[in-house]
Amino acid sequence: MAENKTDTENTGANPILVMLGLAQVGTTERKTVTFGDASAITGSRFWSIVSVVVLIALWFVSAAFEWTDSTFLPSPQSTWAKFYEVFQEGYRNVSLWENIWSSLRRVLYGFGLGCLLGIPIGFAMGLSNTLRGIFDPIVEFFRPIPPLAFIPLFILWFGIGEQSKVLLLFFAAFWVMVIAARSGVLSVKLSKVRAAYSLGASKLQILTYVILPNALPEVFIGMRVALGVCWGTLVAAELIAAQEGLGQMIWVAQKFFLTEIVFFGIILIGVIGVIMDLLLRLLERWLIPWRGKG
Amino acid sequence: MQNLTANNVGMIYKLPNGGSVEALKDVSFDLERGRILTLLGPSGCGKTTLLNILAGFLAPTSGSVSLSGKEIRGPGQDRGMVFQQGALFEWLSVEKNVGFGPNMNGVPVAQTKKIVDDLLATVGLAGFGDKAVYELSGGMQQRVALARCLANDPEVILMDEPLGALDALTREKMQGLILKLWNETGKTIILVTHSVEEALFLGDRLFVMAPRPGRIEREYELPFAKMGLTANVRELKTSPEFIEKREEILSLIWEMEEEIMGSRGEVL
Ligand SMILES: Nc1ncnc2c1ncn2[C@@H]1O[C@H](COP(=O)(O)OP(=O)(O)O)[C@@H](O)[C@H]1O
Ligand SMILES: [Mg+2]
Repeated sequence: MAENKTDTENTGANPILVMLGLAQVGTTERKTVTFGDASAITGSRFWSIVSVVVLIALWFVSAAFEWTDSTFLPSPQSTWAKFYEVFQEGYRNVSLWENIWSSLRRVLYGFGLGCLLGIPIGFAMGLSNTLRGIFDPIVEFFRPIPPLAFIPLFILWFGIGEQSKVLLLFFAAFWVMVIAARSGVLSVKLSKVRAAYSLGASKLQILTYVILPNALPEVFIGMRVALGVCWGTLVAAELIAAQEGLGQMIWVAQKFFLTEIVFFGIILIGVIGVIMDLLLRLLERWLIPWRGKG
Repeated sequence: MQNLTANNVGMIYKLPNGGSVEALKDVSFDLERGRILTLLGPSGCGKTTLLNILAGFLAPTSGSVSLSGKEIRGPGQDRGMVFQQGALFEWLSVEKNVGFGPNMNGVPVAQTKKIVDDLLATVGLAGFGDKAVYELSGGMQQRVALARCLANDPEVILMDEPLGALDALTREKMQGLILKLWNETGKTIILVTHSVEEALFLGDRLFVMAPRPGRIEREYELPFAKMGLTANVRELKTSPEFIEKREEILSLIWEMEEEIMGSRGEVL
């Protein structure tokens, strides 16, 4: 037994290499071919680090040697300096936090409303033939229309205030949530529902104790997609009409050739997007540990 | 009358293309309380359909089924169901799965806990209560399914190929458990299987079913289930009586198979 252990230790890969994703662990270590083997392609962390470092280095170098005009490509240093300045003093009398918060608030309202209305309607569509019949043509028609196409109409109807933006984001999230909830309900295995009936569950109990938890994984995937779509739509919407917000900030900055602000604005939008997705993923792991284990 | 009866049950599935499949034709039987009946037959002979009718999930197109003289018109707690696999609630722990029935019925928590603990011990899963069901092996999951069904104390237990997805060794152990539960609880059990040996060993009654239309081809009264409670299982399954019955049924199934193949003009 002890000999066996040293044996595996000897052949086992260097832990640092494993952490960097340059050496394989477990069974994969013994695989002779990995090309085409999805389970063996987990991404090498080393090369991820390299790619980020190279990208940033390239930015430094190209700015240092002025490969392009600094109006088009500001240096990392000046971008950082501008970021720090705006962080301290705001831009055009609006603090960075206010810009971030007004963008986030719109997304949360729109996304929240989309979930609040979309999930029940998706559920209803998965549970009733009549309701599915009623909603199907509406959903199938509106779903493929890019939300941005509604901006002119909403501005016409509601003006350029918060209303039209929130409604737009609601529109972006709503269809995604309807479809996710519907497919979550329809994914329930008949044998689970039948088992529950035989165990004496009422229809309401089947809904709350079987169909709802069964649909949660798909609802969560829908939420992640919807939040992403909302965030993307928002920035575009703010480019067109807004007093504050991240999208508006970079749009205005562009008019004054403040490329640094455009740059860090884009980076900020990306970072916030990644953080929101990460939070949802954490919530998902905590709320639905059974995901994919059915 | 505590019998489970079927009177000339027929089931014709209408197909979307306008055709139809006669899944069951004129199926009649009378199963006394406390018997264990196995249904054996090639796939497509209507075994699942029959169980679904008995469970009340499907209404037959002709005939009727009743339990204790009362016609079956829908699912009910007097008939529990065990599926092949994947019918456990993966979002609930083992003990919540087993306690699902009592919970739905508003049985007090303390009482539910006692029922669950007793049943988990009975099926050999004491101490596994707070595990997630997906952490268990296939055999253990079927033990949970059995316990979940028993927690509601049904009169009849319907099992659709409950051991079909298990490996041979686990399967044999589970057969022993089913016999033990049958003996200790006195429940009426109907169990569907593909395996001739399993049908012989577990059934004190056995129907061999045939397809197109689905029907009961032959009936047997068997001694092995009762003997299996005490005898050495391997010895029983290799005894001359057991082997003789096994070969008899196998040749019956082969005959049926050849008839089907012949009628379709197919060659092996
Ligand atoms: N929902 C259904 N719609 C149409 N035909 C069905 C349906 N369910 C079963 N059948 C047909 O009925 C016959 C019996 O099926 P089933 O009861 O599942 O048999 P078994 O369980 O013995 O394999 C088969 O020919 C099958 O194709
Ligand atoms: Mg079947």
